Amino acid sequence: MVTQVTSFSRNGLSDWLIQRVSSLILLAYFLFIGVQIATGIDYNSWRALHDTTAMKVFTLLAIGAYVSHAWIGLWTVFTDYLTEYMLGSIGNVVRPVLQIAVVLALVVYAIWVIQVIWG
Amino acid sequence: MLQVSVYRFNPESDAAPQMQEYQVETGGKDLMVLDVLEMIKAEHDASVTYRRSCREGVCGSDGLNINGKNGLACITPLSDAVKKNKLVIRPLPGLPVVRDLVVDMSLFYAQYEKIEPYLQNNSPAPAIERLQTPEDRAKLDGLYECILCACCSTSCPSFWWNPDRFVGPAGLLQAYRFLADSRDQATDERLAKLDDPFSVFRCHGIQNCVNVCPKGLNPTRAIGHIRTMLLNRAA
Repeated sequence: MVTQVTSFSRNGLSDWLIQRVSSLILLAYFLFIGVQIATGIDYNSWRALHDTTAMKVFTLLAIGAYVSHAWIGLWTVFTDYLTEYMLGSIGNVVRPVLQIAVVLALVVYAIWVIQVIWG
Repeated sequence: MLQVSVYRFNPESDAAPQMQEYQVETGGKDLMVLDVLEMIKAEHDASVTYRRSCREGVCGSDGLNINGKNGLACITPLSDAVKKNKLVIRPLPGLPVVRDLVVDMSLFYAQYEKIEPYLQNNSPAPAIERLQTPEDRAKLDGLYECILCACCSTSCPSFWWNPDRFVGPAGLLQAYRFLADSRDQATDERLAKLDDPFSVFRCHGIQNCVNVCPKGLNPTRAIGHIRTMLLNRAA
């Protein structure tokens, strides 16, 4: 049975709001990175940029937004299409397995990013 | 001769649904789709089963999928529906078929019941009636006209995927009709029941509901208002 137990915040309004705010953060981050790349960068300037505290905070904010955005979005997709209603009883196996895989992958990404920018 | 293809299925005797073809002589008149069904039933095949009642777009009984678009058969003219002299009539999508074009609307009504579609006001009733200002009354325009034909909810993919949890456009339009009513006192209780991830937030703004509503209503806008009320309540 599909319930909200595995949703990001377990509240529809909160998930909805996080989804929208995180998309704005990601847009700002990718625009910023895009402008940096478009205006020409080399290793030293790239390294110097990411050594600043502001950029570290911005990157952390972006990975936080990425994790929450992807979790909410994929949870919605999975609970739309991979359900008992759509797939029969196998849906109740496939959905939690994929949800756990996605959450684990997102947590790994987050830890990896933290290690890269502070390692 | 108009080529009409009608979805036929009798769960008691048929292994699978099939489309049955009919040639209908319309005499060049721009009939309504319901007229064509009546002609098929009277002149070709009396076993074709469908719901109908008022035949003027008020009762909401004959919601059907007509050439791929949900609508009321009684107020959909052939000139709007027919493409290449072909008319394909199917039951409303997403609901179990009882027989031919008749669907089981239990899930749809269960969602309607969930939003408690009646005025809740515990203050002592006045001698005559609970009055509204003309401005407050105007807030109900575009909401109260819904006839529960289910054209919108059965065209909504989110309702197809989660008909047991997503209230659906028809139910949410009515939910907002009572949230917007100045005489209703249960606003907070109503909103509290809607902020889970399914009831309202399964709406992804696809707007099929707006596209098909035979009464020209806009459930997506009402859902947007409910979201705003949920945000204001939480803020």
